Amino acid sequence: MIFDQQLERAGLTDIHKKVVDGQRLSADDGLRLYGCPDLPALGYLANLVREGRHGDTTYYVRNQHVNYTNVCNKLCKFCSFYVKPKDDRGYVLEPEQAAARVREYADVPITEIHMVGGVNPKLPYQYYLDLLLAMKQARPEAHLKAFTMIEIAQIQRIAKKTLEEVFADLRAAGLESIPGGGAEVFSERVHEDLFWTKADSEDWLEIAAAAHRSGLPSNATMLYGHVENTEEKVYHLTRLREVQDETGGFLTYIPLSFHPERTEIDHLPGPTGQLDLREVAIGRLMLDNFPHIKTFWIMNTIDISQVALWYGANDLDGTVMDYEITRKNFEATQQRLTQKDLLDRIVEAGREPVERDSLYNLVPAATTHMTDAA
Amino acid sequence: MIQDIAEKVSLGERLSFDDARRLFAHPNVAELGMLANAVRRRKHPASVVTYNVGRNINYTNVCWVKCDFCAFYRAPGSDEGYTLPDEEILGKIDELVAFGGQEPKSNEILMQGGLNPKLRLDYYERLFSTIREHYPSVQQHCLSATEIIYIAKLSKLPLAETIERLRDAGLDSIPGAGAEILNDDVRDVIGFRKDRTQEWLDVHRIAHGLGMRTTATMMYGHVETIDQRIEHLQHIRDVQDEKGGFTAFIMWNFQPDATDLGADPERWNGMKATGFDHLRTVAVSRLFLDNIDHLQASWVTQGPKIAQVSLGYGVDDFGSTMLEENVVSAAGTSHMSDMDLTHMLRLIEDAGYEARRRNTRYEMVATAPQLDALHNVKAQAQAAAS
Repeated sequence: MIFDQQLERAGLTDIHKKVVDGQRLSADDGLRLYGCPDLPALGYLANLVREGRHGDTTYYVRNQHVNYTNVCNKLCKFCSFYVKPKDDRGYVLEPEQAAARVREYADVPITEIHMVGGVNPKLPYQYYLDLLLAMKQARPEAHLKAFTMIEIAQIQRIAKKTLEEVFADLRAAGLESIPGGGAEVFSERVHEDLFWTKADSEDWLEIAAAAHRSGLPSNATMLYGHVENTEEKVYHLTRLREVQDETGGFLTYIPLSFHPERTEIDHLPGPTGQLDLREVAIGRLMLDNFPHIKTFWIMNTIDISQVALWYGANDLDGTVMDYEITRKNFEATQQRLTQKDLLDRIVEAGREPVERDSLYNLVPAATTHMTDAA
Repeated sequence: MIQDIAEKVSLGERLSFDDARRLFAHPNVAELGMLANAVRRRKHPASVVTYNVGRNINYTNVCWVKCDFCAFYRAPGSDEGYTLPDEEILGKIDELVAFGGQEPKSNEILMQGGLNPKLRLDYYERLFSTIREHYPSVQQHCLSATEIIYIAKLSKLPLAETIERLRDAGLDSIPGAGAEILNDDVRDVIGFRKDRTQEWLDVHRIAHGLGMRTTATMMYGHVETIDQRIEHLQHIRDVQDEKGGFTAFIMWNFQPDATDLGADPERWNGMKATGFDHLRTVAVSRLFLDNIDHLQASWVTQGPKIAQVSLGYGVDDFGSTMLEENVVSAAGTSHMSDMDLTHMLRLIEDAGYEARRRNTRYEMVATAPQLDALHNVKAQAQAAAS
């Protein structure tokens, strides 16, 4: 059989057997997957796992992104969104202003608000609670997903409370889940080079685990295509997998494609299309205990994300509105994709589009008949 | 679902029209890629992706054909029409040679233009022989079937004699442009004044008969059906069976910006073909065109990401460095500025291949291109544009 022959030629026969038998892949297997030049063969393997879990189902969500502040004291070299405290270009949305942005789209059947921002040392603990309350009030039926683990670390610092107490307060104010950002790459070396002021890998994982134990599910990300190496990426994936074994609180893994434009490391060329697809496939193969793998089209380009539906991805994110973080450095990216465009892409790829809410419950079809906002 | 086709591929058997139809309907692109990759590996076992040092020179934009998918042409009489003076063409070639070096026939000029009623056979004979005389390192990979048919008509000569005279003047090989979709119903809709399917094929047949090498292309993603794409591939494969003169197949999708067809909802549905469609079309082409050696990446239209991914879908060549491109770029494609040789080499190596320079006949070229010279050309081009 030619597919088996091709897998053998690519040196993937034993990994193929593990995948078919449902066995966990080792870190060494992960390294070999990164080293395998046969890209479609990786897609073939990842697709076995994807179809085993989800068949043709491809999820999308209608969400609105709100970035409440761009002021940040973390100075990460890979970021073009932040400005330092005291910079004239800095902004903070007051809770009412942030809520007004949500009300702007009151007619659009959005099911999720995705809200993140910089680590702004000026903001008091009460600000975050008020922000959540205002957002929830503006759109009570929308699921509120907010604050990366990095922001949570800051919120805990100013709250002077335990993580458990902070999560209880945030939940009471309306927080329902936590996005996966800020993980970058779990590596001391990369951490020292690119984001030394931020919480390190183990802090990130500890906060995630605490969130899960407090009843807040989260996502997990990995920012690739800058200075990281393969060993560091495999370590990142295996650590995520270990924490997931303990808590089961991760919903989705999202590999994030680095965009160098207008960052401090803009001399780097940025990830290639093959790497974008490779990260999706290896994420699907290594993270056997993660239910979902998302391809974030706003960073990958919709062309790559559509192909990724055959490389392990079962979630195409959504019709994003107002995503400011990569808009700053990647203006060519479309900010919104109308629902029709998104569905056309999924259908053309031979998959079945299914609208989900933030917790991957199906959104009843009756509410999906709408005119596109974009 | 495609086990029997996979079996045929495994045994090296020729695929049928119906096989191609089923492959197009098979959404698992990773599987299509694996099949195409198997064929590509069989034809080219070495882990090498080639590229070519070349420049597109568009000697005139005056064209009376007015194809509705084209944003490059200007009708005769337009203020914006031009024909490049010889000195300017030779100046562009000087820049190319400074970049590519002196190895014989190692630098490709792809010189194409509109169907300009003022330019007859003597114009081309003079230009080609001048270039041949001054630039032994240059391969004149010029014109298209469409231009040659027109030159023959203007000069009231048979096609074979026209091609022979062009060859004798210095034309080395002929690019496959103007094929679009080789189906007369489609041609009627998108560019009704253009040559017919059989006329396009005849030019290539005659050139192959004269011992010349040509390439074949396909422009898809406009009004054609999947069956018409396969019909196109079938025509190319049939002609290739006769004399084997096609060196490579190159495909790209219709770029709608600033074209009449792109603005006409009666004819075009507004859906620009996707990267997904590109990859499966590349893979099916690799599988169906069993008698064509090379497939080129389409980075100008697809951009660096999908172009690189296509290396896993049957593509073994990254095409030309294209120091200059004007035609597709006029219809909104902006990837020219994304790509230079350094970037191209990185994409090839990142995909796990060794990059090697070739000439138009796909023979390896030992001379390394001079990147410094390239930077000078780009700087001058930018200065001229601003």
